[in-house]
Amino acid sequence: MILFVLKRLAIAIPTLLVLIILSFVLMKVAPGNPFTGEKNLPRDVLNNIYARYGLDKPLWQQLLEYIWNIVAHFDFGPSFKYKDRSVNEIIAQGFPVTLTYGFWAFIVAAGIGISMGVIAAVKQNSWADYLAVGVTIGGQVIPNFVLAPILVLIFTLWLHWLPGGGWNDGKWNYVVMPVIALSATYLANIARITRSSMLEVLHSNFIRTARAKGLPGWKVVTKHALKPALLPVVSYLGPVFVGMITGSVVIDLYFSTGGIGQWFVNSALNRDYSTMLGVTILLGALTIAGNLVVDVLYAWIDPKIRY
Amino acid sequence: MLAETRVETPTRSAEPELAPAAPIKGRSLWQDAGARFVRNRAALVSVIVLVTIVLFTFVGPFFAAWSIEKIDWSIIGMVAQKGQPSLATGHYFGADEVGRDLYSRVIQGTQISLAVGILGSAVAVIVGTLYGAVAGYFGGRLDSAMMRFVDIIYSIPFLFILILMLIMFGRSFVVLFMGIGLISWLGMARVVRGQTLTLKNREFVEAAIATGVKPLAVVFRHIVPNLLGIVVVYATLLIPEIILLESFISFLGLGIQEPNTSLGALISDGAQTMQYGELWQLGFPLAFFVVILFSFFFAGDGLRDALDPKDR
Repeated sequence: MILFVLKRLAIAIPTLLVLIILSFVLMKVAPGNPFTGEKNLPRDVLNNIYARYGLDKPLWQQLLEYIWNIVAHFDFGPSFKYKDRSVNEIIAQGFPVTLTYGFWAFIVAAGIGISMGVIAAVKQNSWADYLAVGVTIGGQVIPNFVLAPILVLIFTLWLHWLPGGGWNDGKWNYVVMPVIALSATYLANIARITRSSMLEVLHSNFIRTARAKGLPGWKVVTKHALKPALLPVVSYLGPVFVGMITGSVVIDLYFSTGGIGQWFVNSALNRDYSTMLGVTILLGALTIAGNLVVDVLYAWIDPKIRY
Repeated sequence: MLAETRVETPTRSAEPELAPAAPIKGRSLWQDAGARFVRNRAALVSVIVLVTIVLFTFVGPFFAAWSIEKIDWSIIGMVAQKGQPSLATGHYFGADEVGRDLYSRVIQGTQISLAVGILGSAVAVIVGTLYGAVAGYFGGRLDSAMMRFVDIIYSIPFLFILILMLIMFGRSFVVLFMGIGLISWLGMARVVRGQTLTLKNREFVEAAIATGVKPLAVVFRHIVPNLLGIVVVYATLLIPEIILLESFISFLGLGIQEPNTSLGALISDGAQTMQYGELWQLGFPLAFFVVILFSFFFAGDGLRDALDPKDR
């Protein structure tokens, strides 16, 4: 087990490094920088600005210092656009928001998705099953950026039940739509995976034995079938995690929640390279870490896949 | 191959048919798959829908009363009242926020979205197939090195790199395209490699080697053609994914730029103006988008059922 974790770490760390170097180099080779604007600044002024942001040093030194600052101080440097803030402050402001609705979306997707899948499998070909299958197909072709406007249309413009955007310190009615929009696709996929694996498990021999012993139906499901049926779901949690991180960009942008994704897109449009780089690396690191955790979790539950 | 000898079982086809004894004709693997595909109603309907949409994007412009860029000055500022879909004004799908004809714009957006999907998928197919086939066939250290490389690239959240690239090198079609191509060949390479591993120990490969065919020629002439089935399936399933990806990026305002448009960009515009009651601006692009995605998914599923040897 420890060997497995170490092996996975041995891939995760170089991946992270590649990510940092790749984004850093991309940022540096891009033509121009945030300070070469429409006004031509005097040479001396430019040099002073470059010195302030450390842009006067050779590229490799900038890269090493950048990595060192992240590793040693968790410091992403100053923002190029907002002169009085550092990237860290921007992250500290946006990240809790993203984390809040991301957490709820994860809970909703996993909780409802699994229950739905289990019920659909146990009561195969009932109306509940058809409902689950319908949700599954719908969720696959309706991505979050399509669902978000539809939700706003229904719940804000027609029914006037929920506010169409903003955050308001995470009051519940501001959180509902972001959570639904972010979780729908994954809820659908989790339901689909749970349903098919549950069906498979329910047809296996040990379930027949359990039934033959005279166990009541629901007990067969919860005690015997659930655990093996959830294995494929666990392996899908990695993509869910990654997808939610990417999806949060849309949610932040559309609902103006002020989360990290909104900063990412704004910094991208403003050519605020340092913020962009910082957010990319943070979200990338999260993705890689999430994948790592899921992999380890999976190996822990199912010893067969340790290699 | 199993397929030639497979017997039609009555449960498979809906109506049991007792055809008069005709001279027995052999059926090729592809004919077999074709028959299976046609029997799948959802997949067949999807293909018909897709073909109709593609034809529509080519024929549709001839019926358009307004060109893509032409601004209808008579409705400017009153788009919510006067820009509704109507046959009288010639705006069959209504007008957009700045008075352009949505019918023409949707056609253009559909064309671009489809083009991005299909071309992106084609890039992924070519690169992924060659990469996977070479890695799988030669095996050993080359294989581990090549696949480890894929592993590492795969676990980088590439969407962010793609957005980074779009910002750095300008939001052009070419960059978008290269970026999407860079991401999407990875999955294909994995699938193809796996398939190659099982293919390379087959007799026909052995025979080719025995007759002195050079290794690279074995890969291109014997392995790659036999991968076609699985490649077609994955390519079909890849197209909607790429359309989704492009729409996602366009929705963020980072993808296709004006005056060009894509379904994602149109949906994004429509989502912003729906509060003024201009629902058609969201509705039409959304309808096209959802129908196209549905059709590709069903068609891909049908193809998989028809071609994937595992499910027979």
